[in-house]
Amino acid sequence: MLALREGWFGRLALKGTASLAMAYILLPLVFVIWLSFFAQEIPSFPPDGYSLRWFLAIADHKVFAQGFVLSLQVGCLATVLGLVLGVPASLVVVRYPFKGRNIANGLLLAPLIVPGVVLGTSLYVFQIETEIATGYPMMGSFWGLVLAHTLIVIPWTMRLVTANLQGLDRSIEEAASNLGAPPLTTFYRVTLPMIRPGIVAAALFGFVNSFGNLEMSLFLVGPGRTTLPIAILQYLEWKIDPTVAAASVLQIALIATALLITDHYVKLSRVV
Amino acid sequence: MAKLSLDSLTRSYGDLTVVNSVSLAVPHGEFLVLLGPSGCGKTTTLRMIAGFVEPSSGSIHIGDQNVTAKPPWKRNCGLVFQNYALFPHMTVAENVAFGLEMRQVEKSEMGKRVNDALRMVRLDHLGHRYPRQMSGGQQQRVALARALAIQPDVLLLDEPLSNLDAKLREEVRIEIRELQRKLGLTTILVTHDQEEALTVADRLVVMQDGHVRQIGTKRDLYERPADRFIASFIGRSCFNEGVITRSGRFETEDGLVFKVLDTGASGPASLALRPERFVIGDQAHSMDNHFTGTVEFVSYLGSSIDAHVRLGSSTKMVVQMANRDGFIEPSEGDALTIGWAQSAGLTYPRNQGSISQGGQVS
Repeated sequence: MLALREGWFGRLALKGTASLAMAYILLPLVFVIWLSFFAQEIPSFPPDGYSLRWFLAIADHKVFAQGFVLSLQVGCLATVLGLVLGVPASLVVVRYPFKGRNIANGLLLAPLIVPGVVLGTSLYVFQIETEIATGYPMMGSFWGLVLAHTLIVIPWTMRLVTANLQGLDRSIEEAASNLGAPPLTTFYRVTLPMIRPGIVAAALFGFVNSFGNLEMSLFLVGPGRTTLPIAILQYLEWKIDPTVAAASVLQIALIATALLITDHYVKLSRVV
Repeated sequence: MAKLSLDSLTRSYGDLTVVNSVSLAVPHGEFLVLLGPSGCGKTTTLRMIAGFVEPSSGSIHIGDQNVTAKPPWKRNCGLVFQNYALFPHMTVAENVAFGLEMRQVEKSEMGKRVNDALRMVRLDHLGHRYPRQMSGGQQQRVALARALAIQPDVLLLDEPLSNLDAKLREEVRIEIRELQRKLGLTTILVTHDQEEALTVADRLVVMQDGHVRQIGTKRDLYERPADRFIASFIGRSCFNEGVITRSGRFETEDGLVFKVLDTGASGPASLALRPERFVIGDQAHSMDNHFTGTVEFVSYLGSSIDAHVRLGSSTKMVVQMANRDGFIEPSEGDALTIGWAQSAGLTYPRNQGSISQGGQVS
């Protein structure tokens, strides 16, 4: 690696590879954004002209607006629930050695590894069985979806908050205790502010993943209740006009804004 | 009545006893130093006083109160940590105010007390800064101000200077000592640095392997080390092995007989001599012990000069000579007569299996 950095050839190779990787990641995004401004209905190159009409078309499609609101609601609630469950879980896993700690940690991280389709199927079966057993109409309900999305947020919280907690200097909390702060006060006044970067990052990544989730949600939405990604997918089955591109641009813009705002308060490069 | 007393304080982890029946009484206003190599149990002892480690047995009293079972936040001990442990998300003033908030001090009085504490460490103009904007020395002084602001019954210092560079260490050390005197604070400092210990302490406690080896003033420890370990740990000593043949007589392995301080012991022993206790040349003849040997090695140390003098096949002494005006240092191969008083020769019964080379300095 060191040898590669030295000499003009090494530098060129490094920059070339990096640019290629960047292009590979960014090109689809660039095309979607470009496409959303095309004038013609059937996307073809070069464009006949540019227009904003596809953005206006989103407003006409109630499904998109409803999907956006639902995704936002589910994402926010799931994030809050995921943090409420994940932060204490992460504290316990880091701080208190108990039998089966590694298993608990593994289980809490599992939703990150299990494929969305598998997760969706199992939750689908679980919700139906629960509904049959208890009579509570869980399948296809709003809260059923929120609880499922909470599973997406928990592993992100575990990962980011745990990393933050492990890097924490315990003597700072001991100092608070020494100065007269009982454990709960120490937690609110000292521990929590110090793991704030991890929590903010966890909230952001949890929310973004929930907001964009398609595979798992497909199994769990009820009739007349579609999230934005599902609404986009359903639209694509019938039409291929740039409305979908415009909707995606809005989604990208929302996530990018969330990232930038978060980064302003907590340097993301430091926690992720 | 002692301000702080420890009674047979013990802490074990499984089979390992890290602090073994430590008893201490610290009078009001005393600066006590717990000194020992790493792993000797000094930090665990301090953490038990602060309440972070629960004793396996024994008790801790602050004033006339038994605090053994009290949690740390109810003890009123100001603890200064090795790594400062400031709250990174609070300003300097907020850091210092934290302990006062916990004591529900009135808002109006709080500002004054925070300011007073910061003025004591000469940082009252930096209250608005965050810890990360300050140097290590400044951060440690904030930590000190934070501990002083709560007006602790006992001030505990856990190697507070080890993260600072040499010059700063000296400065903060003097500052701590002066503040402690001015406020009349009962203080316990933990360190492995004997120089640091000797400069600040009223009394020292030397610990090794969880045991208290000796408690005393600096003079006690230096002049009359209780065992071989302390003789080597506090200051320098040169050791020679041999046998105490009768009271006050020590015979080295190569047959030299020295007059030594009579301790009533006999049998195999180590003889410890401080390098600065030797006199050389004509004056040496009037001493209780005087021998002529060969200078094997000379090392120039600036204010003093060490000569390693061989007296016999295995007996070697390290002689420290002051570098005075007109002093002509001996050179290697010279014959040199050295002498020392009977009272300077301290003997320690030797444990089997720990025999070391003659003339070893540690």
